[in-house]
Amino acid sequence: MSFAARQQQAQIVWQRFEQPDRPRILIGSATCGRAAGSLEVMAAFAAELAKQGLTESVDVVEVGCLGMCYAEVLVEIRGRDGKRVLYQSVEPRHVEALVDAQLVRGEVFAPLALAVMNDTDETVPAFTDLPMIQPQVRIVLRNCGIIDPTNIDHYLAQGGYSGMARAFSLGPEQVIEEMKASGLRGRGGAGFPTGVKWGFARSSVADQKYVICNADEGDPGAYMDRSVLEGDPHSVIEGLIIAGYAIGAGRGYMYIRAEYPLAVERVKKAIEQAYECGLLGKNILGTDFSFDIDIRLGAGAFVCGEETALIASIEGKRGTPRPRPPYPSVSGLWGKPTAINNVETLANVPYIILEGGDKFALIGTEKSKGTKVFALTGKVRNSGLVEVPMGITLREIVFDIGGGMLGDKPIKAVQTGGPSGGVIPVDQLDTPVDYENLQKLGSIMGSGGMIVMDESDCIVDIAKFYLGFCVEESCGKCAPCRIGGYQMLNLLNGIAEGAGSLEDLDKLRRVALAMQRASLCALGQTAANPVMSTLRYFEQEYREHIVNRKCRSHKCRSLMTYSIIQDKCKRCRVCVINCPVNAIEGDREKGFFIDVSKCVKCGKCFEVCKFQAIAKE
Amino acid sequence: MTTEQPDLENILTAYGRERDNLIPLLQEVQDRFRYLSPEAVQAVADHLELSANDVYGVATFYAQFRFVPPGLHHIKVCEGTACHVRGSDRILESISRATGIAPGQTSSNGQFSLERVACFGSCALAPVVVVDDKVYGRMTAAKTNKLIEDKK
Ligand SMILES: Cc1cc2nc3c(=O)[nH]c(=O)nc-3n(C[C@H](O)[C@H](O)[C@H](O)COP(=O)(O)O)c2cc1C
Ligand code: FES
Repeated sequence: MSFAARQQQAQIVWQRFEQPDRPRILIGSATCGRAAGSLEVMAAFAAELAKQGLTESVDVVEVGCLGMCYAEVLVEIRGRDGKRVLYQSVEPRHVEALVDAQLVRGEVFAPLALAVMNDTDETVPAFTDLPMIQPQVRIVLRNCGIIDPTNIDHYLAQGGYSGMARAFSLGPEQVIEEMKASGLRGRGGAGFPTGVKWGFARSSVADQKYVICNADEGDPGAYMDRSVLEGDPHSVIEGLIIAGYAIGAGRGYMYIRAEYPLAVERVKKAIEQAYECGLLGKNILGTDFSFDIDIRLGAGAFVCGEETALIASIEGKRGTPRPRPPYPSVSGLWGKPTAINNVETLANVPYIILEGGDKFALIGTEKSKGTKVFALTGKVRNSGLVEVPMGITLREIVFDIGGGMLGDKPIKAVQTGGPSGGVIPVDQLDTPVDYENLQKLGSIMGSGGMIVMDESDCIVDIAKFYLGFCVEESCGKCAPCRIGGYQMLNLLNGIAEGAGSLEDLDKLRRVALAMQRASLCALGQTAANPVMSTLRYFEQEYREHIVNRKCRSHKCRSLMTYSIIQDKCKRCRVCVINCPVNAIEGDREKGFFIDVSKCVKCGKCFEVCKFQAIAKE
Repeated sequence: MTTEQPDLENILTAYGRERDNLIPLLQEVQDRFRYLSPEAVQAVADHLELSANDVYGVATFYAQFRFVPPGLHHIKVCEGTACHVRGSDRILESISRATGIAPGQTSSNGQFSLERVACFGSCALAPVVVVDDKVYGRMTAAKTNKLIEDKK
């Protein structure tokens, strides 16, 4: 079948899916939806439809993530009148009422209705007008939550693989020119221009070349790549094929984190489908270009996200990095020229080739083009995935899109860039987000983790957390990272335990500098960043830990005591019963007291007391 | 290990003898047998014409590989950033207490094993716990206790 005929067939499948008078239920079933219970909700719908005799006339389909993860489980129902309503926080117990309202009586079920997808309604806002959605520009997430990710026809009907077809008609050189014109920079963290990287790999002469999709997504607290792989796997595969075509590679690898089983399953299925449709394999679309893709699973090592370590891992070795140059574009997998790109980078590629690099370059700032997907989490109301144009401010992301702080507590800082990044304090929230600005602030764009912190988050604890992560993940090959990280962590632990001295702050800075200058790979070079940036903006808080032996956020346990406020205590014994270490003694007559020598400071009594009679100092 | 042997053979023969098969092969063996026994490591080494040392060298580098059998229920607690700021340390403590084991251990009756993992990518539903590959979001100490009780 020709590609055009295949596209037509896909249109028919899609039209049927979109047929307005056919009732349909879409269930957000990416990993986050599933964690919130989407599979149970789906089973409840199946049972309810069967009960109502509607099984045959209503389609139930699992889709990817719309990004509004805080409102999971998200369900979109299209009734007989064609109106598509998005419902939030759906649980199995709501299913009967939802089916009855929208599918039987043709009414919106108001208590859970979040938005109307296709038109407006007097009572429910339009999806695109939602404060969380309106400022977003969706290129990478264009299909997530909209199409069935296991159905290649859905992807084809959105113009899928047309970018690849266009690439074939442009020729490799021109594809690279388009990429350069787009200004797209790598979304894996370093921000290297993709077109330039492909240019280097193309001009390296070799009998075999490779392309690799880096789906190791190591930043703990980020999941943009997972969501794209689960919600729109073909967009990444198409991007990888175009990359292979551009540099002249015959084989591509997708290196996916082992903690992402659903993403692996979706990608496997998508690759099979692409082979069946002749979009992978020999002589793709009748050209003389042949291309194969293999999947490799990560095995739980953060450092394998680093490109040279990742390559070692594919070769079947310990995943330790090696010095660069030579860069992988000259000598990569098995010593052959290799272009390695991040998932989000590749998901941008089909759009750029289809729409043109110039059009892409209209979005964003002078040096940072396009959009960036952020995983907005922490103490923010609307946690989820957001795709915003470069140049938007952090304040807009947190307060407009994110809906502000959980519990309306004051915001303290925003962390970007994961273990290689830094914290950005409140007075810098109006900075436009792009590669250069974040770096100036002492952080980095990173892969897109964005963690919002409030006053209950201790800065020393956060620094300790990130550094502890890097120490655990250090591969041990070079001394500055292996030893320096350990020494810094010891100093931080001392400070958090009230055993620090002011000289420690100096020592931290000196070791940090050594690690930055002398480590072999970016893991060690950047591991001290979270410490340095917290010291830069929050030195006062470090000093409080050291001088006053106080943690104002009540996070550092050694600096904290719990006690019972006798005036408020109603002697109900709830804390006594709940204390896991029996540290609360006394009786109803004399009152209850916490034995500080037994107390493990778990905070359980504080949580369970209904009368706020536990003091935390 | 008599029942293991034929199965292991089947797994091995599906792979070529090139070195880059090492990690996928170890992953499949662990998937099937839940951990890497000394016999399995030796068999993999023989198949790929490597030394067992070489195979251990690689396998011990990666956090995923286990050399002792895990418990009947394998519990993984997320220690990623989003979960950390939403109180994952408390969750880990309460699980430790309910099962009587520390991270990295297996309970003496073989019922539970416990592991810390850096992020499952469900950060918006923090804190996250994974039990036997099912992801549970928005956990609280009370919910984890119930979960463990149900599995006991
Ligand atoms: C310690 C470390 C971990 C990394 N982890 C990732 C990762 O998980 N995903 C990723 O795409 N890039 C990661 N990188 C960056 C890669 O080395 C590489 O720059 C990137 O994959 C290139 O793709 P891009 O140009 O499309 O960004 C990491 C780098 C370091 C130093
Ligand atoms: S930080 Fe826990 S799932 Fe990502």
